[in-house]
This record gives sequence, structure tokens and C-alpha cells, in this order.
Amino acid sequence: MASVPAAASVWPRARRIAWDLTPAVLFLVALLVGWEIWVRARDVPGYLMPPPSDLWQAFLDQRGTLPGHTRTTLTEATLGLFFAAVLGVVLAALIASVPFARRVLYPLLVVSQNIPVLVLAPLLAVWFGFGMTPKVLIVVLIGFFPIAVNTADGLLRADREMVDLVRSMGASRWQVLRTVLIPSAVPSFFAGLQIGAAYAVIGAVIAEWMGASSGLGLFITRSQRAFRTDQIFMAVVLIALISIAFFVAVQLIARFVMPYRHVTNSTN
Amino acid sequence: MTEVAVRLEDVRHVFPGEPPVEAVAEASLEVERGAFVSLLGPSGCGKSTLLRVLAGLIEPTAGTATIDGESTVGQPGLAAFMPQRDLLLPWRRVEANAVLGAEIAGVPAAEARRQATALYERFGLEGFERSWPGQLSGGMRQRLALLRTFLMPRDTLLLDEPFGALDAMTRREMQEWLEGVWARDGRTVLLVTHDVDEALLLSDVVYVMSPRPGRITARIEVGLDRPLKTGDVTTAEFVELKAAVLEALGSE
Ligand SMILES: Nc1ncnc2c1ncn2[C@@H]1O[C@H](COP(=O)(O)OP(=O)(O)OP(=O)(O)O)[C@@H](O)[C@H]1O
Ligand SMILES: [Mg+2]
Repeated sequence: MASVPAAASVWPRARRIAWDLTPAVLFLVALLVGWEIWVRARDVPGYLMPPPSDLWQAFLDQRGTLPGHTRTTLTEATLGLFFAAVLGVVLAALIASVPFARRVLYPLLVVSQNIPVLVLAPLLAVWFGFGMTPKVLIVVLIGFFPIAVNTADGLLRADREMVDLVRSMGASRWQVLRTVLIPSAVPSFFAGLQIGAAYAVIGAVIAEWMGASSGLGLFITRSQRAFRTDQIFMAVVLIALISIAFFVAVQLIARFVMPYRHVTNSTN
Repeated sequence: MTEVAVRLEDVRHVFPGEPPVEAVAEASLEVERGAFVSLLGPSGCGKSTLLRVLAGLIEPTAGTATIDGESTVGQPGLAAFMPQRDLLLPWRRVEANAVLGAEIAGVPAAEARRQATALYERFGLEGFERSWPGQLSGGMRQRLALLRTFLMPRDTLLLDEPFGALDAMTRREMQEWLEGVWARDGRTVLLVTHDVDEALLLSDVVYVMSPRPGRITARIEVGLDRPLKTGDVTTAEFVELKAAVLEALGSE
């Protein structure tokens, strides 16, 4: 009987999630069906607007080449996001701990955000060629800013009284950092990482448009030249799915790192 | 000969700012080793300020503050300090919050955990070791903050209104309980409160402060029999002491 309470607590939740998602799913299905009917009834040429049913066929046809392209784009996005996180955290630590660095870096960072990073892509291609490096750099340039700003904010907003508490215990600078400042900044770091993750995949794809030897962005430009609109649509769906996977992955990591944020408050 | 554990001498503190706030005009007090002493005064008279001076967090504008003869100015960590807010770290489970002070003071983790385990029951926290602070009631949070303070390897405890957030009934219960814990523990306690009964029931000596800018206006020896009983607040002796304290509170 021990499994009953556990099952009872899982199933209503799963059912509620399913129930919450039902309207959105039904709407999506209706849209796809409408699209299919409209394209077939009006006899729209496939190079303009393929019916959704063709996308699956396109996917099957490209089964051989897609894994390679997907792996390239995924690697670029993951590496880019990783280095963006490293750079963001380093900058945040500087901004939060060295007042002079704050005065130098903060305005520069904000101004740098007015440079549309994607415009730099051709330049990076000139400097670094058609390999993964320029794409990873683009993702880093897009992603580090929200991570740096959010993390610095988290560090600076740590509860002064908590800092004082551990200082009253005789804590060293490092102990203050470890016990209060870093844990205080973790939620904001993840908020920044979430934003970075949302742009990482799309950033890598667009960077690939400027010239690449592999990747989903390259796959799209090739399909475009061949008027394979069905393949473009299929790639778009794939990119969206990868983006969602990124988002979910970051959420799961955040949940794992901050379990205290997901307990139900019994009191207070 | 009795030793002095805590000493404030002619402490004055003005918070800089626009306008500057004179929190404490002049305060001198002594706490003997092993004694239970209360600092009583109206809200805003500078009680927390004095405790933060002793915790080494504020450098007083003038005067000296020592714990066991060592100046606390710029030197935190000489006493175990329990701030007015419980300040539990939300990202640490109950057990990790309990040993925070011990951990920072360099007590080996296994040893600190062993000491904590022995005390959960006395602090009414057994069974909640793996909970998060967000899952505790207000009273439990204060008891955990108190446990954290007790687990610090320090001879002197500075407690800033440890029962401030509690209702009258729980408060009385916690006072009796604190006295029991203290009697077994034998450490020096300086307790800040604005509850006259609490000060008289728990303390050997009560210092009374005037409203801001705070000044110590009276030192009252209590000398009631221990352990306290709830009924004590109606004895002639208690009523007399209370009248003396209230007079000192109202005298300025
Ligand atoms: N950091 C600060 N900067 C400026 N003024 C402060 C600061 N901390 C306290 N004060 C002022 O100093 C005075 C004394 O404050 P303190 O917290 O010591 O009072 P208290 O006796 O503990 O009061 P309560 O019983 O309400 O806790 C108050 O008027 C308060 O506004
Ligand atoms: Mg106070």
C-alpha cells in the first residue's frame, strides 16, 4: 500500500499539467489541420508553402544529414552558453567587489549592448573562418550580458544583515562569499542564464548563415537555394524544439541547485 | 573574585548621515562571567546598536567595548551574537543552519553535527533537521536561530530580543525554557528586551535605558529565586522590583 500515496500525489499533478496544456495543444492541432486543408484546397505550390504533412517526409529524407548539422549547432550553442556563463560570472564578481571596476565596466557593458552582435558575424567569419569558433563567440557575446548583469545584481543585493551575521561569527572574506554572497546570487545567475539560453540556439543558427561548413543554419541556407521550403520549415521546427530543450535543461539544473525554492511553504 | 565577561565603558554612538542620528548618548555596563543580564529600554533607544558594538559590527563613535578583556572594535567573533531578525539562510537546511556559526568558528563538521544532534530535542526541532527554514513556523525559526547561537564555541551570548516575534503564551514558555537551557549551560548572557517581566524573570541584573539618545539610567539587582515560576510575577518581591524598573524607565 506504500505506493498509493506516492502515486496519488504524482497522478493528479500529471493530470493537471495535461489539463492545463490541452487548450494550447488543441489550438496547435487545429492550426496545423487548417494549414493542411488550406494548402491542399488552394493548391499552393510547395516551394511557397508546403503542407505540414510534407515536413515529416522532409525529416525522413534528411535523416542522414540532420544529426551532423544538429550536433554542430548544439555544440556551438552549448559551448557558447558555457563560456558566456564563465565570462558573465567573472565580470559580475569584478563589478560587485571592485568599485572601480564597476565604474569602468558597467557603463561600457550597457553601451556594448547597443551594438547588434549579429552584425559582427561577418567580421568574425573573416577573422576566424568558417569553423565553430566565430559562432561560439557570437553566442558568448549575446549571452554574457544578461548573466553578468543579473549575477552582479544578486551579489550586490545580498542581505546586509546576513553578511553582518556571518561576520559577527568571525567569518573571513572568503567565508562570507561562500556562505552568503554566492548563495544569494545563484537565483539571479540562473535568471540570467535562462535569458542567455533562450538566445543561444538562435544565435548559433544566425551566425551560421554568414558562412559555415556545417550546422542547421547552413542547412537552412542550402535548402533556401534549392527552393526546399519544406526543409526550411522542418529545420525551424527542429530549432524550436532544441531551444525548448535548452530552456528546460536550464530549469532542471536550477531546480537541482536550488531545491529550497521548490518546497511548499507549510507556514508563514 | 568575579571576572567581568562583557564591559562597555562610556560608549557613545552617532550614525553618520543626513542628519546624523545619535543612537546612544552614553552607556557603561558590566556583565560578570556566568551571569544573566538584561538590557531593557524603549524601542529605538539603541539596544541593538550596543549589541552590534559588542558583536564587533559597529565601531562606536567614542568609548570602549570589551569581551573577556579584548576590544571588540574591528574584531568580530568574540561572542555568539543572535540578531533581532532570525536571519536563517534559506538555502541551508535546518541542520546546516544550526551549525553555521560553529562551522565558521572552525569546529570540525562532524563534531558540530554531533553537538547539534544532541540539542534538537531540547530546542523543539527534532524531526525537522532536514527541513528548509521556509517550512518552519515563526517560533521554530527563532528557536533555530537560538540553537545556532548556542552551538557557537563562545562563552558569551548576545541575544537581541530572541522572543520578539512570539505571542505572549509561547513567549512565556520559551523564557522558562531558555532559563533551563542557560542554567545547564552556565554561559554568560546579555539579553536585549523591551519586556519588563521577561527581564526580571530571567536576569540577575537589569540595566535600564532611556529613550533615544540612549543612556543607562539604572542598574537593578534582581536576585529572585531560580528557577523562575510563572506565578512569580505576582509575588510582593516581584511587584516591588517591577515598580522600580518602571520608575527607572519613566524617569527620563
Ligand atoms: N544603520 C543605521 N543608520 C542610521 N541610523 C540607525 C542605524 N541603525 C539604527 N539607527 C538608529 O539608531 C537608533 C537606535 O536603533 P537601535 O536599533 O539600536 O534601537 P533598539 O533599541 O534596538 O530598538 P528596538 O527595540 O525597536 O529594536 C534608532 O533611532 C535608529 O533609527
Ligand atoms: Mg533592536
